[in-house]
Amino acid sequence: MGTMLKVEDINVYYGAIHAIKGISLEVNEGEIVTLIGANGAGKSTILRTISGLLKPKIGKIEFEGQNIAGIAAQRIVKSGISQVPEGRRIFANMTVMENLDLGAYVRSDKAGIQEDLKMVFARFPRLEERKTQEAGTLSGGEQQMLAMGRALMSRPRLLLLDEPSMGLAPLLIKEIFSIIQDINKTGTTVLLVEQNANMALSIANRAYVLETGRITLAGAAKDLAASEAVRKAYLGG
Amino acid sequence: MDFSSFSEQLIQQLINGVSLGSIYALIALGYTMVYGIIKLINFAHGDIYMVGAYIGFFATSMLHLPVLPALIISMVVTGLLGMLIERLAYRPLRHAPKVSVLITAIGVSLFLEYTSMFFVSPQPRTFPNVMESVTYHMGPFVVNSQQILILVITTILMVILTYIVQKTKIGKAMRAVSFDTETAQLMGIDANRVISITFGIGSALAAAGGVLVGVYYNSIDPLMGIMPGLKAFIAAVLGGIGIIPGAMAGGVILGVIESLVSGFLSSTFRDAAAFAILILVLLFKPSGLFGKNTREKV
Repeated sequence: MGTMLKVEDINVYYGAIHAIKGISLEVNEGEIVTLIGANGAGKSTILRTISGLLKPKIGKIEFEGQNIAGIAAQRIVKSGISQVPEGRRIFANMTVMENLDLGAYVRSDKAGIQEDLKMVFARFPRLEERKTQEAGTLSGGEQQMLAMGRALMSRPRLLLLDEPSMGLAPLLIKEIFSIIQDINKTGTTVLLVEQNANMALSIANRAYVLETGRITLAGAAKDLAASEAVRKAYLGG
Repeated sequence: MDFSSFSEQLIQQLINGVSLGSIYALIALGYTMVYGIIKLINFAHGDIYMVGAYIGFFATSMLHLPVLPALIISMVVTGLLGMLIERLAYRPLRHAPKVSVLITAIGVSLFLEYTSMFFVSPQPRTFPNVMESVTYHMGPFVVNSQQILILVITTILMVILTYIVQKTKIGKAMRAVSFDTETAQLMGIDANRVISITFGIGSALAAAGGVLVGVYYNSIDPLMGIMPGLKAFIAAVLGGIGIIPGAMAGGVILGVIESLVSGFLSSTFRDAAAFAILILVLLFKPSGLFGKNTREKV
């Protein structure tokens, strides 16, 4: 298991606000790694920086040995990282099928795209039923599935998930998390950002705890789930 | 006026209105596409239409080209000019406050108007007679060959545009960037390239409008873009700014209303009618005829 993603001492600013204050983390090939922390801790900012939507002022981001810090977002997608953004951000005025097509925007291997489309429909049968429907008419859970399916259409080696549980009913959250595990088992490495620390720690190999732009704890997910400090702060005692 | 002459007059004004409206629609498309993608009212758009008319003028008068090749050359060159303007004037302001970009657009507008004046002189030019004007009488109605040319060219361009936007990869990318630029980038779409292409297409359509107007009215001048630019802006707002079919419909509706007003009342009121429409739309349906209030699902 080699290191797939290596984030080294990145500092990210929103204007004058110092949002990420020197964070380092690693994701190994095949792992599920989760970043947990309260609202505003900087979890999404880290994912947005990895995806290239934000540029770190200082620090390095290496993906499979290549430096990707400060590179344009579209080139990062091409290199094999795909993100399911917070709030799903599906293209509501387009059909389900068009959303999935856009997920494969960087690819031109028609046969491979068809193959992955079948894989996505097998994983999310409801998307196939609704493929001609406008995406905005889907339920919240279906939209989350569409956002995940769309991200998978680029055939990423590293999948970034930002709050996939947000706004979903507990039963649906369970379903989504078991799908995340399936996706991981079929060879996609996952970096998961969650406020629902319980669920995130239950499926992750390793975890980082983030507080106001700094990592305060790191370790195996099961150790963190057992740790007194984490239980008090994030797991409701 | 008895009933039959009234209805003849009505239909005649509809014919005139649709051809005038097609020109508005061609210009309005550029407004609406650019607004849809970067939320900028590109006030230089009417002047791009003027440049298109001049390129068509030089292609026909100096190169002695027939109308179709002149139209295509004008569309290509003006499209490239639109992309150049975006690159030089608007892209550096991508993250600047909206009002800065708007002021820049006004600056670009004045720049195009007065640079053109410097090079081609402020005198109006007579567009060469590139096509024989044939008048067709269909019963009591009169249609001339220029009007038919306008309708045919506009229809073809709109079909092509609709195909590009709905069916092609770049069209999907345009819609994605227009809906949510950041998420489009997460799909691997190069937003800058898509914005540039949008400016190119919008400017090429305006150029087509400019050449057609030259053929229709025979006279062009460096300030000819101001009024049609405003009218096309009204058409885009009427249809719902940012909505492509809205711009097409808004242009035609505006053209028809203007023709009816000048036919039945007086042509003096034509412009007043257009601006009255703008005021009414902004008062009662600011999202335009085709606009819907979008809701977000959580």
